[in-house]
Amino acid sequence: MDQLISQIIEPYYLRIIILFGINLIMVLGLNLITGVTGQLSMGHAGFMSLGAYTSAILTMHLGVPFYLALLGGALMAALFGLIIGVPALRLEGDYLAIVTIGFGEIVRVFFLNFEPGGKAVGLAGIPKETGFTLVAVIAIVVIVCMARLLNSRMGKALYALRENEIAAAACGVNTTRLKVMTFMLGTFLGGLGGGLYAHYRYYISPVDFDFSRSIELVNMVVLGGLGSIPGAILGTAILTALPEALRVVADYRMLFYGALLVLMMVFRPNGLLGDIRLYDLKKRWSKRWGKKKEAKPC
Amino acid sequence: MFWQQLLNGLTLGSSYALIALGYTMVYGIVQLINFAHGEIYMFGAFAGLFLVNAGLPLGGALLGAMVFCMLLGMAVERLAYRPLRGKSSRLAPLISALGMSIFLSTLMALLAGVNTRRYPQVIDLQSYQVGPVRISSMQVIMLVVSALMMIALHLMVQRTKAGKAMRACSQDLEAASLMGINVNRIISFTFAVGSALAAAGGVMVGIYYNAVWPYMGTLAGLKAFAAAVFGGIGSIPGAMLGGIILGVLEIMGVAYISSSFKDAIAFGILILVLIIRPQGILGRKLSKKV
Repeated sequence: MDQLISQIIEPYYLRIIILFGINLIMVLGLNLITGVTGQLSMGHAGFMSLGAYTSAILTMHLGVPFYLALLGGALMAALFGLIIGVPALRLEGDYLAIVTIGFGEIVRVFFLNFEPGGKAVGLAGIPKETGFTLVAVIAIVVIVCMARLLNSRMGKALYALRENEIAAAACGVNTTRLKVMTFMLGTFLGGLGGGLYAHYRYYISPVDFDFSRSIELVNMVVLGGLGSIPGAILGTAILTALPEALRVVADYRMLFYGALLVLMMVFRPNGLLGDIRLYDLKKRWSKRWGKKKEAKPC
Repeated sequence: MFWQQLLNGLTLGSSYALIALGYTMVYGIVQLINFAHGEIYMFGAFAGLFLVNAGLPLGGALLGAMVFCMLLGMAVERLAYRPLRGKSSRLAPLISALGMSIFLSTLMALLAGVNTRRYPQVIDLQSYQVGPVRISSMQVIMLVVSALMMIALHLMVQRTKAGKAMRACSQDLEAASLMGINVNRIISFTFAVGSALAAAGGVMVGIYYNAVWPYMGTLAGLKAFAAAVFGGIGSIPGAMLGGIILGVLEIMGVAYISSSFKDAIAFGILILVLIIRPQGILGRKLSKKV
């Protein structure tokens, strides 16, 4: 399958498409935390690097099969999500933002001094296992699962939590438990993306997972639309392709990202496709083109 | 040795306290973590450097930097936070603040370059032996200026009309506006005061450590926020106390444990505070209003 794809698509574009897929997996995780549940997480690169280093060390030094190592990396990220999430999410307010910034920095400094991870030099010679098919399959599975989740009872509880925590709690939503669960799920996907990234890039170093990487991921969520799956796809696609297409953007990337965050919040706080859910799109399309269903009384 | 470290810790802590005050005042009124505050501190340090290089004495540079940052803080509030007030979720101002912080630090990196700059000699550095400790003239200046500013702030908040309006706003923004307080003006004023204090901290830290660089605000801001939470977010005496304790703990940690964990100490304290006493040392536990 990968062979066939690489014959059809030029390597340069294939690289961008695969990076888009990997970013999308992580952005969907972050979207669940920040977009749906309304908890700002700014250390997603930290969880990504945990997944990347864990899985890379598992396959390189311990000879663990790739898929198992990928799962191991994701679980490691989710474990730290639990450790960070419990104290920070127990409280109402924005403590998660500060705690995750600090966490991202500490993870980066840790890997700078981590002997099996090659310290500042990084880890080279990671077996190249990630291909188009794998990324595509995982991304589609994540999208489908995420859409099902957001449409479920739990998904509705999450949106309620974002809109008004007190009201949600009064309606019987266990807010702390739900926040920690979604944070773990989001960090799990961050770790999964990190593992895929490491086994695609062949080489990783702490520079790949600095604060600007976290900000890039937040930007993808914010640009597309907080809490919207089509929005996450759109935002990821734009911000993955833009630095490739525009050199100016690549040079002044952080300046652009900062201004973009402010401007989006001022002029379009819900993002380009804010709160448009796959389910709504389906409903709209079927209303326009599909057979007319009889309206059921509620 | 211990007393010397304590003095160094107090000096560092007084700068954290100056920054933490801006966080806590803004949070007390609009419940926003102003991420751009660390960058205002950095701009203050650069403005001071520019003015000193232009030939001003220390006092003039300090005042100039404070005025510059007052205007900058008010501009940031006007551009990035005011358009969002009252009509969007809690998340939007937070993201906007984050964007502003990134924008300002990158802007300075483009303007001034990423290299560390040094202050020229602005005062003649002397040190005095007082009992067991050696205290340098810059430490004296830092401690005295910080103390004077905190006293002035305390008097301003407690005794003046503007201070009374600030306290009213921090209790209930809506009720304050019904009492005829121009809430937008008070918020703007709060940003100006907080930014001026941060600028003073920036100039003095820049001279004390003899280093100014565009990303100095990020970590200092994070630590100062941790100090504000430690002292009790929203409480002005809490921010002063939290900043000083955090500075002392950091210096003691470096002196007696290890210097490689220097930057992790503030973060560790933040997590401990969130677990044990989320309202901080001097903060009051507020019941939720519905």
